Amino acid sequence: MTISLAVFLAFVASTLAITYWAAKRSRGASAYFAAGRRITAWQNGFAVSGDFMSAASFLGLIGLIALQGFDGILYSVGGFVAFVTILLVVAEPLRNIGKYTMGDVLAYRLRPRPVRALAALTTLTSAMFYMIAQMVGAGALVNLLLADSGITYNMAVVGVGALMIIYVIFGGMLATTWVQIIKAMLLSACALVLTVLVLKHFQFHLIDFFAAASQIVFHQQGHTVIRDFLQPGLRYHPPHGALDLISLSLIFAFGTAGLPHILVKFYTVPDAKTARHSVVWAMVLIGSFYVMTTILGLGAAIVIGPDSILAHGGTNMAGPRLAQALGGDIFLALVSAVAFATILAVVAGLMISASTSFAHDFWINVVHHGRERAPGESVLVARMAALVVGAASMVIAILLGPTSNVLILATFGMAVAASANFPVLALSIFWRRFTTAGAVAGLSVGLLAALALIVAGPAVMGVDPPGVTGAARHLVQAQPWFPLENVGIASVPLGFLAAIAATLLGKEPEAERKFNELIVRAHTGLGAEKAAAH
Amino acid sequence: MNRTAGASSHDKSDPTQWDRIAESKEFKDLVAVKKAFIIPGFIFFFGQYLGLNLLVGYAPRVASVRVVGTINVGYLIVLLQFALGWLIAALYSLIAAKFDALTKDILARVDHGERAD
Repeated sequence: MTISLAVFLAFVASTLAITYWAAKRSRGASAYFAAGRRITAWQNGFAVSGDFMSAASFLGLIGLIALQGFDGILYSVGGFVAFVTILLVVAEPLRNIGKYTMGDVLAYRLRPRPVRALAALTTLTSAMFYMIAQMVGAGALVNLLLADSGITYNMAVVGVGALMIIYVIFGGMLATTWVQIIKAMLLSACALVLTVLVLKHFQFHLIDFFAAASQIVFHQQGHTVIRDFLQPGLRYHPPHGALDLISLSLIFAFGTAGLPHILVKFYTVPDAKTARHSVVWAMVLIGSFYVMTTILGLGAAIVIGPDSILAHGGTNMAGPRLAQALGGDIFLALVSAVAFATILAVVAGLMISASTSFAHDFWINVVHHGRERAPGESVLVARMAALVVGAASMVIAILLGPTSNVLILATFGMAVAASANFPVLALSIFWRRFTTAGAVAGLSVGLLAALALIVAGPAVMGVDPPGVTGAARHLVQAQPWFPLENVGIASVPLGFLAAIAATLLGKEPEAERKFNELIVRAHTGLGAEKAAAH
Repeated sequence: MNRTAGASSHDKSDPTQWDRIAESKEFKDLVAVKKAFIIPGFIFFFGQYLGLNLLVGYAPRVASVRVVGTINVGYLIVLLQFALGWLIAALYSLIAAKFDALTKDILARVDHGERAD
């Protein structure tokens, strides 16, 4: 316990030092929002990984695999595949066309005010889902680790919230990036050591390890069950399982490529070529991390067992408890401290992307027609937005309580990104004919469809037996109207269809005329934002 | 450094330059070679990913067929998906060097007095 606290405090101290250093260097909007565009390829690769490998992937994913085996492993693959979309389709055009936000790309040849207003809204929505997931994870960790120290779930949520507000307000993107780089290193190292410990448990005989994973014993509704955790079907089963899976894969394939906090990272590098190399770095780091999570999840199922995971700490604690079982209290402390660090880094990334979008897209470009009334106004507004968004997420995380599965919450954020952001982003880069009406329709229909179907689906609606109370109880006690937990199969096509249909209804000659300019910029980088001289 | 806009001054002085570049043979070649890699790569990768999910969803028995010890078809396809992603990333980094060279040619032909690099 004291080691955990010491490691965590060391991380906090070093990140605050980084924040102080970054705050002294940071002058002007490009420095605050985009780290002066001077981050190198490997640095940004680590930062993107640090931004993406969240508490959801570390805590939620290991727990999911530990309880649901192969069906959980599909989430591991999902987290990785989208980076191919980012590499081939998104990163370079984004860097070449935009300035600080996804809204920059959308507004390039469309009428900026409606498009930016909606882009800010979808950015804030998806960032909030994600952020709440991280904070719940932070609180849950504290519940497990420091239960007898007097620090409660609520205090942990407030603590994480306060720290991230400090990083973002004072350190901007530069501090956020370095916090993420350090965290990605810690997390990768931690996952590697834990994987080695799991395999060592089986004397490095992979065949024995997988043999053990094929005979997991647990209890279900009073019966003893033995299941092969490498076989599909533990989570997704008839009647709707297959559709739910396809739906999940759609969200993953396109969602990550529309996540605002990932997209903004490509503005922090000097040019498109560096952006490309940084995606490759990120793919190596993220891919190896997710391959390791499959071992860790199955390892937790073997070593701790699903029954014990559910009884003590729930799904989110499977990873830390695996660390304790294999490496003792010291390793538990280290892993928990790294999980904390992870949460801080991801929350800071979400926070800065949300507040940047509010300040740059909404305040400056929508409300004030693209002009700062005083120098530094956009940075000031972003700092205030960070405060408000941070406080709001703290309150919601406290209301939700520690038992909500953080991976599922994060998937909702991704559903919004996949259904609202990605269709419009892709169409505006590739379709000459695309119009403002199309972007407005795509963003709003995608956002509403994702939200409405989540609310009408089994995550929110369901009939619980009388014994279920608290956060585990469904919010609405009724049969769900929409059968699938993953809404992508309906909401992603709806986002695309709305964007295409609304475009075909009218013409926008101005937008078509600027398409040549857009693609020349996208492909050649001519006129792209340059790195700060110093 | 605080820049006011991504649009630099030369698009005001010469609004037709974008159209000229967009319609030039060099630019069309660049877009064509990019598409020739990106579109098949994208379709192939996500085709496999969709295939994995269809297999697991609709033919779980096939995915459960054991290949080495208890390791089954499903898990091997999962590993293959990671490997394929890395392969595409490696190939793309190599091929993109060619895109960069083509881009450099295009930029060299553009009359621009104020490019910094």
